[in-house]
This record gives sequence, C-alpha cells and structure tokens, in this order.
Amino acid sequence: MNDDDRVFKALADPTRRFLLDRLFQRDGRTLTELESDLEMTRFGVMKHLKILEEAGLVVTRKEGREKLHFLNPVPIRLVHDRWIDKYTERQVSALADLKHELEGGSA
Amino acid sequence: MSTDTMTATQVYRVYIKATPQAIWDAITKPEWTERYGYTNRADFDLRPGGAYKAYASDAMKRGGEANGIPVPDVVVDGEVQEVDPPHKLVTTWRMLMDPESAPEGFTRLTYEIAETNGGVCRLTVTHELENAPRLALVVGGGLEDTGAGGGWAWVLSDLKSLLENGAPMNMEDGFKE
Repeated sequence: MNDDDRVFKALADPTRRFLLDRLFQRDGRTLTELESDLEMTRFGVMKHLKILEEAGLVVTRKEGREKLHFLNPVPIRLVHDRWIDKYTERQVSALADLKHELEGGSA
Repeated sequence: MSTDTMTATQVYRVYIKATPQAIWDAITKPEWTERYGYTNRADFDLRPGGAYKAYASDAMKRGGEANGIPVPDVVVDGEVQEVDPPHKLVTTWRMLMDPESAPEGFTRLTYEIAETNGGVCRLTVTHELENAPRLALVVGGGLEDTGAGGGWAWVLSDLKSLLENGAPMNMEDGFKE
C-alpha cells in the first residue's frame, strides 16, 4: 500500500473523519479527550487513531506526561495538489475552450 | 472539561525521498528556499544566537504594490537557538510581512529530519504559536483564499515535490505532471 492508499483508506471511515474534525476544531488533544466524544471503547478509538497515524494524518507529541494528538494536514494537501488541482484545472480550461468554441472563436 | 489541554502548537509532517542533507540544504540555503513555497531568500547564520532573515521575493513585492500593501524587505526574522545539521534546527520566528502578525512577536519553530527506511526521510515542523492567533491562522493556511499562500502544509507539499521531482508545483511557470 502506498502513501495515497493509506490516506484514502484512513479517510474512508466516518469515525476517523470525525476524529480529524475534532482535531481541526482544536488541536493537540489527549486520547482521553478524544474518547469522551465517541460512543466507543478506548481500544476502538486507539485503533482508529493508529490508522490515522500510519497514514500520517495524525502526529503525536509528548508534552509533559501527556501524549497529544495533532492533525497533520500535509497528506491531504498532497492529495489535493496531486489529484484535485489537476482535475479542477482541466474542467476550468475545458469550459474556457467551450466558451471560445460557442462564441465563434472570433477572439 | 478538566482534561482540556490548550495548545497553540501546530505540527506538520511530510515524508520525502531525499537525503537528510538535501532536505537540510533546501531549508537553510537561499538558492533552495527561492525555489518552493513562498520563494523567499533565506539567510541563516547557523550558530546559536545567529540571525535568521527571509527576504521578500520579487513576486511578493509586486503583489503587495498591486494591492497597495507595502511589503518590507525582510518578511520573517528570528534567532537561531539550536543547530544540529542535518537533523535539527530551532529558531525563533516572527512574521513581518503581515501588519497584523508582526506585533504578535516571536514564536518558536523546530525542524526535525529523521531517516526512515528506503532512502525516505521524515521531516517534522513544529510551530509553537503561543499568543500569536493571527500568525497561527496565516501559517495554518486559513487565509489562502485571500492570496496569503497555504501556510506550512502548502510549503511542505511544494518542498516534497521539488526534491522528489525536481520541480515545485506551485510556481507560476512550474510544470505539473
């Protein structure tokens, strides 16, 4: 599985997207905090966080005695730059071409 | 909630197929910093207490003029706190480009480069942004729609592209695959 596969797989789950949204709202949370937002066992939440970490979407950092979870947006940015940009750009230029065609190419 | 831990720290991580030295050079050498992200020329005096300055690019100056915003020559400044080439660099970091960020003063920025398997390095950028909510918004990419660039995620995505493909994605004249 390559990096993109791991990102798409990690994002293909509502609980994991919920966890990312929570970190987006406020970054640097403990497992206990994240767990309190979900109707799920601690073990279940840990499993989801592990998949997010393996995809690089969550990075952990020790602060004092606590392990804090941070949202890392870089993999999503890479997917955006690699995939989304490419296709949206093509649509925009296709529309521009169409406009040029329809308007008689007189420009 | 008693377990709340407020943090103003942002953490960014990217895996790059390059040597630690190549990544170190791309962060610290002006001929590299001009080629990705905000394309600022960086000037590091790489010893504890040494100065760090990043200079406005021509495009930045032109953009500022067009919008009636004066752009200073030095857009970011700071002081080197810790140097361990090619693995760790800690500096203070103040944004002078944005009139609303500048008065928030100095924040703290840490670059860490670690080798993993298969010639791939892990670059972690930790930006401690205590008392700098405006700067947190800028470097978090929250002002991208206003033309302020996409912050660290955008810079690091571009850095990866430059080192792995020989070309950044975001440059005006850059090519896309």
